[in-house]
Amino acid sequence: MSRSVCGRAWRLGDNIDIDLLLPSSYLKLQQEQSAQHRLAGLKPHFMRCEVPGNIVVADANFGLGSSREQTAYALKIAGVQAVLARSFGRVFYRNAINLGLPALFFPFADEIASGDRLEVDPLVGDVRNLTSGWGYCVEPIPRRVMRIIRDGGLIPHLKKRLARQQQRSA
Amino acid sequence: MPSTLVEKIIARAAGKSHVEPGKIVTCKVDLAMFHDGSGPRRIARTLEDLGAKVWDPSRVVISSDQYVPALDVSSTAFKLAPGAFCVGGDNHCLTGGAFGCYMAGFGGTEMIGVMITGKIWTRVPETVLVLLSGEPSDGTTAKDIILALCRLIGTRNNFKVIEFTGRAVERLPMSERMALASMASELGAETGIIAPDAVTLGAIRKAGGTVDDSALEIWRSDADATFELRFELDVTSLLPQVAQPQSLVEAAPVTETQGRRIDQACIGGCVGANLSDLRMAARVLRGRRVAHGVRLLIAPSSPQITRAASEDGTLDTLTKAGAILLSCGSASHASSGAGILARGEVCISSTNRNFKGLAGNDDAEVYLGSPYTVAASAIEGQIADPRPYLEGRAL
Repeated sequence: MSRSVCGRAWRLGDNIDIDLLLPSSYLKLQQEQSAQHRLAGLKPHFMRCEVPGNIVVADANFGLGSSREQTAYALKIAGVQAVLARSFGRVFYRNAINLGLPALFFPFADEIASGDRLEVDPLVGDVRNLTSGWGYCVEPIPRRVMRIIRDGGLIPHLKKRLARQQQRSA
Repeated sequence: MPSTLVEKIIARAAGKSHVEPGKIVTCKVDLAMFHDGSGPRRIARTLEDLGAKVWDPSRVVISSDQYVPALDVSSTAFKLAPGAFCVGGDNHCLTGGAFGCYMAGFGGTEMIGVMITGKIWTRVPETVLVLLSGEPSDGTTAKDIILALCRLIGTRNNFKVIEFTGRAVERLPMSERMALASMASELGAETGIIAPDAVTLGAIRKAGGTVDDSALEIWRSDADATFELRFELDVTSLLPQVAQPQSLVEAAPVTETQGRRIDQACIGGCVGANLSDLRMAARVLRGRRVAHGVRLLIAPSSPQITRAASEDGTLDTLTKAGAILLSCGSASHASSGAGILARGEVCISSTNRNFKGLAGNDDAEVYLGSPYTVAASAIEGQIADPRPYLEGRAL
């Protein structure tokens, strides 16, 4: 399985509030249903995009203002494969990575347009804009934390570790 | 390599000689703290489901005292050593920074990870150095300093740690230092920290902890370390501050807001209702009465604080003055209803800006101030300068 994430950029601005992405009235729905509704609310055509993988490229403070894990989960199961932003709300950033959604600090959001084809390798911090031809180097996610992402999040990662430990001691 | 105190703590926990802000490292946890029993109960179930054991039970603390009263030191203080890398559950008030530890909040899922592995990954934060010079006057509290800082350095300090230093910090008792450290979150920061000094070591030893004098040399920022920002605030002339939470960054001296009529005053929530806060309110209210037509609501942060305030006469003073005692934490849950404001009502509160219980109405106005300011305002029925009410009376 390739470790690079490929997709189309979904360009967002500053201070994207979690409540915009996941208003409380939708929290009553099952988690999968919740994701569909949330993103449809923000970008009506998003759910009809042809390319299944999508990469959020945002400005400052993406995900600010919430402690709920649902938002990162909603983005992930709606097909968002990575989130790049100038900066993040700390709780959202941690939730994203711990739910298996790669999140990278990305200072070059201004150079990306919605729809640009991107290739992101979080392990080396490599971001390529295949549409413009420009490549960028950012702070990577180290191997130990990438394992959490690749296992699909912290809980699946812990289960895997525990299973290995139990096998060894068996 | 010149480093800040937080960089030194994280480097040691990550087994590295030094770390730089922005890097992601994996740290060994010295102490995992939960508040009361609710966190551990939920986590114990998940550990059972996973068939996992706690990595090191001696490093898990359930803290029932959130704050340190002026004279006593919390039972948890002896576990907090300068230089320790500590993690707290989400709802925990992060006061460990006052002991020269790194202590930050993490979600329930992550605390499960810590309980099993004893480790957690972190993105190394930048350090903002806030130098507090001068001498705080009576009536100016840690809360007022934080409200002033909201205006001066903003409330969007994501991924940053606020390090408090300077003569004014040295003059603060542990209870006010703990308030400063935990209220760094109101500035949007990951946590607050204060390098240890003789007062810190004394508090740790008094609580039964062991700490070497060398901690004073080891656990401090290097003079030539790189800080994201260095900011100096002379607190000598800092007046009690009042903020409107809709614009927390516009906190202003109480003298600019006083006279605004209020319907309700609150001492409540996680940050604004520990034993020190209740004692501050009692100092103002002793022998006085809440104004007719004003509701003064008191919601202590924990049952332990309620008990301590009952034992030392604080609750008696408050209720005699006309305060309404709510059950613990109830004011911080919207469902309680007691603190919800009606249209057009005005409230002044000692809690932080996330006090959702008061947000009952878009037309209601909520001001923030220290427990002194809230108590003085309750007496006058309008936002009031607390200083005249403090003259001639001790805590």
